[in-house]
Amino acid sequence: MSSTLWTHLAKDLRIEWRSKDAINSMLFFALLVVVLFSISFDPRGAFAQQIAGGVLCVATMFASVSALNQAWAREIRHQVMDAQRMAPASGAELFLAKVLANFLFVSIVQVALAPVFLVMYNLRVAGQAWLLALVLPLGTWALVANGTFFAALAIRSRNRELLLPLILFPIFLPALLGMVQATTSILTGDSDPWLWIKMLTGYDIIFTTVSLLLFDVVFHAE
Amino acid sequence: MKKVLLTLFPLVTVLLMVQGYHQAIYVAPDDAMQGYVFRIIYYHVPSASVAFLFFFISLIGSVGFLAFRRSSPNRAQIADAWALAGAEVGVVFCTVVLTTGPLWGRRAWGIWWTWDARLTTTLVLWLIYVSYLLLRRFAAGPQMQTLAAVLGIFGALDVPIVYMSNRWWRTQHPAPVFGGDQDSGMKDPTMVHALLWNMLAWFCWGMLVLFLRYQVERRHQQYAAIEAREALEASA
Repeated sequence: MSSTLWTHLAKDLRIEWRSKDAINSMLFFALLVVVLFSISFDPRGAFAQQIAGGVLCVATMFASVSALNQAWAREIRHQVMDAQRMAPASGAELFLAKVLANFLFVSIVQVALAPVFLVMYNLRVAGQAWLLALVLPLGTWALVANGTFFAALAIRSRNRELLLPLILFPIFLPALLGMVQATTSILTGDSDPWLWIKMLTGYDIIFTTVSLLLFDVVFHAE
Repeated sequence: MKKVLLTLFPLVTVLLMVQGYHQAIYVAPDDAMQGYVFRIIYYHVPSASVAFLFFFISLIGSVGFLAFRRSSPNRAQIADAWALAGAEVGVVFCTVVLTTGPLWGRRAWGIWWTWDARLTTTLVLWLIYVSYLLLRRFAAGPQMQTLAAVLGIFGALDVPIVYMSNRWWRTQHPAPVFGGDQDSGMKDPTMVHALLWNMLAWFCWGMLVLFLRYQVERRHQQYAAIEAREALEASA
């Protein structure tokens, strides 16, 4: 691991360790979404099994948007972002460090949320439960990699906080579909999730590569 | 020469549209299964192909902008105008597809909409390019063009996922008319002719609108450049 990447990652992790802003707000927000969905749909029995995967993914998605906006907004204060732009280091490493940090935060939120989720929806995993450990990180990576990229893009516009979900969600939709379908088929055990896992993997590879290649263009746009 | 072409092309387009309408409504026979309502295909399929083509033009424009933005600003501006025109007119044609589709689906399948792979992904594509247009509105100045070009490339990356999804996933939507398997597509040559006429007519119409939109955007850019220069001279 290169030292630039490690420096950025350590800095982000240290800030989060001291403030715990992102994780706390995401956790509470995701919890709220889960409760809101439970009240709206009154999930019981088989129906709960059917919608639980979707609710988990959507809750993660909404929650992470707030944190992703903050990820770059933090850098604007004290002109940190300008300093990063002037630094003779590749933007791709900065980007990757941010993605890794946010990936970690969102994953922590998911792990913390999972027991609450199992209890509130009375879930019983009918398929192979270990596959969830593959599907959720793949989906989260798709969300966080694209989200970090588009947050950096949206931060340059007039109404930055508003723009991120507007441009992130349409691009993320295919991955959300894959994530929800895979999670649901694992929870219900009705169908084979592998097609969706492959699709998610392909999506991750394509969009991470393009993000890495184009990040400098966005970061240095003037 | 250019002027002659500019007056001739709209005329030819209108004639083609008349011919396309005639073929679609009067010449082509009713479908054996679906009857009269099947004729909506002559508007649905051409609009879809034109929309996809224009999103592709938008991609080329976006790539061109990023490639030329340092070396040749003028070419970059031309590329950006194509990118915008392609996305905007593409969204219009995509809207036509998403409107004619449910109208047809209601009669043919009995439902307005189904969350089938190709329908969903066309809708996703529409959403992506609407978000592209929103970004262009929200961001300002030359950096907006760069950001939009990047988003344009991301949006276009979804297009192959959109199209291939038709073959990857089980789907309610019929197999493509051209390049499907042996049992799919049209068997009656008059139907194929009518479809080809309409493809041509809607393609020409689309190109006409695209070109006009491109010209408007170029004028807009030139005006912005003049304004910027005047502001600079006034402050000097």
